[in-house]
Amino acid sequence: MSERQARRTIILVPYLWLAVFFLVPFAIVAKMSLSQVATAIPPYVPVFGLDDGPAGWLAKARELSLDNYGVIASDRLYIDAFLTSIRIAATGTLILLVIGYPMAHAMARAPENWRPLLVMAVILPFWTSFLIRVYAWIGILKPEGLLNELLLGLGLIGAPLQIANTETAVLIGVVYSYLPFMVLPLYASLERMDRTLLEAAADLGCPPWKAFWRITVPLSLPGIVAGCFLCFIPITGEVVIPDLLGGSDTLMIGKTLWTEFFSNRDWPVASAVAVLLLVLLVGPIVLYQRQQARQLEAAR
Amino acid sequence: MSDTPKTTAALGAVRSAFAPWNDPAAKPLVVFDGVTKRYGAETAVNDLSLAVYEREFFALLGPSGCGKSTLMRMLAGFETPTAGRVVLAGEDLAGVPPHLRPTNMMFQSYALFPHMTVEKNIAFGLQMEGVAKAEIHDRVAAALKLVKLEALASRKPHQLSGGQRQRVALARALIKRPKVLLLDEPLGALDRKLREETQFELVALQERLGLTFIIVTHDQDEAMSMATRIAVMDKGRIAQVGTPPVIYEAPATRYVADFIGDINIVEGKVAAIDGRRVTISTALGDMALPEAADSIAIGQEVAVAWRPEKTRIVRADEPVAGGQTMIEGAVHDIGYLGDWTTYVVEVAGQRLRAAVANASRLVERPISWDERVRLCVAPESLLLLTR
Repeated sequence: MSERQARRTIILVPYLWLAVFFLVPFAIVAKMSLSQVATAIPPYVPVFGLDDGPAGWLAKARELSLDNYGVIASDRLYIDAFLTSIRIAATGTLILLVIGYPMAHAMARAPENWRPLLVMAVILPFWTSFLIRVYAWIGILKPEGLLNELLLGLGLIGAPLQIANTETAVLIGVVYSYLPFMVLPLYASLERMDRTLLEAAADLGCPPWKAFWRITVPLSLPGIVAGCFLCFIPITGEVVIPDLLGGSDTLMIGKTLWTEFFSNRDWPVASAVAVLLLVLLVGPIVLYQRQQARQLEAAR
Repeated sequence: MSDTPKTTAALGAVRSAFAPWNDPAAKPLVVFDGVTKRYGAETAVNDLSLAVYEREFFALLGPSGCGKSTLMRMLAGFETPTAGRVVLAGEDLAGVPPHLRPTNMMFQSYALFPHMTVEKNIAFGLQMEGVAKAEIHDRVAAALKLVKLEALASRKPHQLSGGQRQRVALARALIKRPKVLLLDEPLGALDRKLREETQFELVALQERLGLTFIIVTHDQDEAMSMATRIAVMDKGRIAQVGTPPVIYEAPATRYVADFIGDINIVEGKVAAIDGRRVTISTALGDMALPEAADSIAIGQEVAVAWRPEKTRIVRADEPVAGGQTMIEGAVHDIGYLGDWTTYVVEVAGQRLRAAVANASRLVERPISWDERVRLCVAPESLLLLTR
């Protein structure tokens, strides 16, 4: 095998991986989204078979339609679910940024020998199952939960607050769960910043608060962008948190998808929702990748 | 400092045109008054006092860790003295934050803002001052012209060479017309040729703008060629302050003598004082030199020192005139440097250096390895070091 062939083979492996585990499943889902629901196994028609022959395939291909997308577009339920998802993801990301930035800033300014410990503390929750941690929030937020008992005990409230099964609970869960994804990229970009730049700014007559906005924030922009995308994208499709903390009131698109698949057994509509969700997120993902590539170039 | 008054005065005359430090009526611009800086148990600057006058090009010279950078950072406001006062133009700077001090600094790493263009970097200080836009534009244009960077105004720092970055940093620090410009190892990152060019440019610029420069450096050539005065620092204290000729020709201590340039140092004892003539007995024989006798006593342990280039080297069998110190030894090593040749001569277990300018093209070396030679030093070239 020549060196060129060897190189090609090496490049081929990840592409093959992506093709088998991403492209093919996506094609199946996309095809499913064009099918019709049926009481059968699998629960949709048409099903292409190997022994149909070209004429059979053509006839079955004619049965495919965009009807499911029409259903989604005409039903407020789906549109609302999409909008709620985007709203919760946007609000959650903003709260994460506001909480995460001071945290990352303090970590980056901490004495050097403390920093590994602080990073460790941010990652520590990952040692426990995500599901268990979200369940724990039910115990904290429910009417007779820890939070309400504490507030009642302190005499701050007269009656238990209804937090569980509201959008607020979802936001609390989202902010709690995704905080490391915001803090770590911010920390990485803030820690790398040369601190003599702030001395130079001060030396040129810039008070500290102004130096924060003129020097620190612009230089941590790559971290801000990375953190926001890393939070916004998965929060939009989040299933577990709205399911456990949001109750029936908070309808997010991930949960809708789950319901369509497993409760309604309407695989074609569920697939259409999945395709739309992907299309919705491709925009931010492409933006994120572009920004990462630009940053790599600038670092060179 | 207690170098001999006679020599100091004579050497001072070399640059007598500008010497406010000799004028009792002159008021210093910067005063360090008994300044101490401690980090935990470590003392970076130890009870140091120093005065710098307006329009001086003052060099703080010393090895790394001698406290020179700490001293400068205390003037800029990045460090707070543990004890003592830092005074600028009559105002005690205690409690004045860096952004309100009328000093500007050129950082060793240049510390250019990577997200701003050259133009924006230079304009930053004026924007902070709230200068009108039109004036900022004019002054930035003038500053760019001053450092010959007009063509690169819209570049980002990472698109510049080291020398260009250095000039941006200089323009950025100069544009606010600071009372004192602080330069922290300003030429350290440049290659030798560019460094030498820039040295002359900096001096020309300082004289033209009439500003006060304080430079921190560990490079003695840099300090010698640029500074009006040099403070040689050692372990948080000042070993000697003086003009470059005084520092070189009349070092106050063994440390200064050894730090600046090459020197031969021979330990000995005062054997005789005869009027103005002092005889020191050393392991290499008696050495006589003219010295004011009031600061020394017979039997005192002192050192005699002289510079390699003030040494004449002849073959041992060659006749020489009397009245000078003569030391006989064998050539241990010869270093040919192009412009100079350095001879290392071994005498009684000690190695002495003699430097000879190669005034004509070397066809045949007059002195060779292992040859017996005599080193001749005139009495007035010998230095007496008591500390």
